[in-house]
Amino acid sequence: METSFYSPRHELFPAGLRVLVVDDDPTWLKILEKMLRKCSYEVTTCGLAREALKLLRERKDGYDIVISDVNMPDMDGFKLLEHVGLEMDLPVIMMSVDGETSRVMKGVQHGACDYLLKPIRMKELRNIWQHVLRKKMHDGRDTDSLEVIDGLQLQMAGSRSDHHFFSGEDIWAGKKRKEAEAKHDDKWFTDLGSTTKKARVAWSVDLHQKFVQAVNQIGFEKVGPKRILDLMNIPWLTRENVASHLQKYRLYLSRLQKDDLKTDFGGMMKHPDTASPDPPLMTGEDISRGNLGFSGNGLSMSANSKGHETHVKGILQGPRVEPKGLFTGENPDKQESMDMKIAIRQSSMPSSGPEEGRIVFDCSVPDHSPQSVNSKLQPAEGGAKFIETTEQPLYADSRCSTHVTVNPMKPQSSNTVGGPGMDNNMSHCQDFQPIPPYPPSMQSQSFGSISMPQYDSQVGWLQQDLQISELQGHIDPCIVAEGPIHVYDALRFDYEQFVDPYECPIFDHGLFIA
Amino acid sequence: MSRFHGNTQPPAGSVLEQLLAKYVDYMDSLRRESFLDDQFTQLLKLQDENNPDFVGEVVSLFFQDSERLIGNMGTALGKKSVDYKQVDADVHQLKGSSSSIGAVRIKNVCVFFRNLCEAKNLEGCYRCLHEVTQECVVLKNKLNTLFMLQKQIVAAGGSIPVD
Repeated sequence: METSFYSPRHELFPAGLRVLVVDDDPTWLKILEKMLRKCSYEVTTCGLAREALKLLRERKDGYDIVISDVNMPDMDGFKLLEHVGLEMDLPVIMMSVDGETSRVMKGVQHGACDYLLKPIRMKELRNIWQHVLRKKMHDGRDTDSLEVIDGLQLQMAGSRSDHHFFSGEDIWAGKKRKEAEAKHDDKWFTDLGSTTKKARVAWSVDLHQKFVQAVNQIGFEKVGPKRILDLMNIPWLTRENVASHLQKYRLYLSRLQKDDLKTDFGGMMKHPDTASPDPPLMTGEDISRGNLGFSGNGLSMSANSKGHETHVKGILQGPRVEPKGLFTGENPDKQESMDMKIAIRQSSMPSSGPEEGRIVFDCSVPDHSPQSVNSKLQPAEGGAKFIETTEQPLYADSRCSTHVTVNPMKPQSSNTVGGPGMDNNMSHCQDFQPIPPYPPSMQSQSFGSISMPQYDSQVGWLQQDLQISELQGHIDPCIVAEGPIHVYDALRFDYEQFVDPYECPIFDHGLFIA
Repeated sequence: MSRFHGNTQPPAGSVLEQLLAKYVDYMDSLRRESFLDDQFTQLLKLQDENNPDFVGEVVSLFFQDSERLIGNMGTALGKKSVDYKQVDADVHQLKGSSSSIGAVRIKNVCVFFRNLCEAKNLEGCYRCLHEVTQECVVLKNKLNTLFMLQKQIVAAGGSIPVD
């Protein structure tokens, strides 16, 4: 099977290299895309690891290399790395802002062919094609590498004077020298004449299944590439293919074992405890925050504005207690664990009817000083608008773990941040007004709203009522973030005030420079 | 003169010259005060005719994302039983994000913030949260100013200096 790597594109190599970038940070994603495009690569971006896997599976030979961040909400970057290695056998480059040796080592151990530290410079990206070449040569071993070298040769010998290709040439030339000097000189030259191509093995799900079956049949302890190969009975598969796949599989399994002993269960055990004593109640605050997040099912939670819907949708998939497929039993990232938590809670909590929720909520309103009302609700607009206005980051999105418990009413007195304690914190906060050099206008904007926010809370609550009743239909209102209001709620508002000015700069405070 | 960075020398005393001088000074001061570092310059270099507002878009994305993260941190810190790991994860995110536009001060607060998360110091965390919110606000304003200067330069027929 001829891989498309060797099709017309190879003459322009490395231009046209097909890169898949995976990063949950939208800023970095945009920057990386731009940088890679400037390197003349063909770029596909992805904000979620799962989505990336889907893309990779859909287009088996659609990409030459994957660049992925280590920290992602829906799946650990290392996990993605393993999957890509197991299923697609593509070179994967890891990225992170964290350069700790242990992390880098982990990356390498999981098979990353490189580990880049953020901030990433363009020159680092220019060179990623080497990994593609190296892998091809390594995997192919005989004729493939030749094809690759041929392709490169065509391009290198050509009149390209672009400096980044030039540097590539040096690397390639170095490789060639090494190869030539290696013991198998003769073999190498003989191969020159050969035309049989060896396919790069794409480990499809089916193929992998067969592999796993074979392994299980033989018995993991006694397994060996030859025996697996025999059992699998795939004519075109070689012992080498199986051997390298087995190596990866072993790594993957050992990681699974480690993870099984870890957090998920421990983490989940907590919840029945924290949750049970208190009846599931929703507070006004939560509603005002649009804590629709606890989602369970089918909430169109716009709560998490625009770009972040993907996070929310993840939660919305309903109580997935059984994570699917290969992700089983692995260390659940927040999203999965949230679902599981939701599932657990739903079964263990008595349902509180809408009235209860309503009652609490009503009572709670007067309890809050105006300062504590945190959402800047635009009055008198339709339900949809309500949601939109809470474009501020909402608390209960997928990232928040649901320590939720409930009984938010109580803690107000005891909690340092909410209720009565609030004032302390407010002043506390104001003490921080640290920033001298900035123009007074800004300062007042920053802190002014702490003292005098104006919210049409009454109207807002009304809308929330509607929201609640809609929600009741879906789930028990038991998954709720803790009540109290936070200092930065107020801060957040001022922050928001700056959002618009940024979009359409007004500069009434003029230029800062003299 | 190098201070004009790619602009053909504008007539002395002209509006363009003044704008350019102002811009360069402002940029220098932002760097000196650690609001921005070289990464920001890299972004400016990436901007081209195909994408004339690239940096503006990136910056927008950053602020959107940082607001979201800060909100999350707030929620997490406000819970009865604070999940410091969660807060830490968000701070880590913010740190990574801030490095994308070269927002040094924000990044520095994040580093400090993470230590406090590890120490489970609630009050300290709140302080950091406040500080980081503050820094975002300030940076936003600074960038607004910078972008406005850029617009003025372009309007006066010049091009944005990129070191």
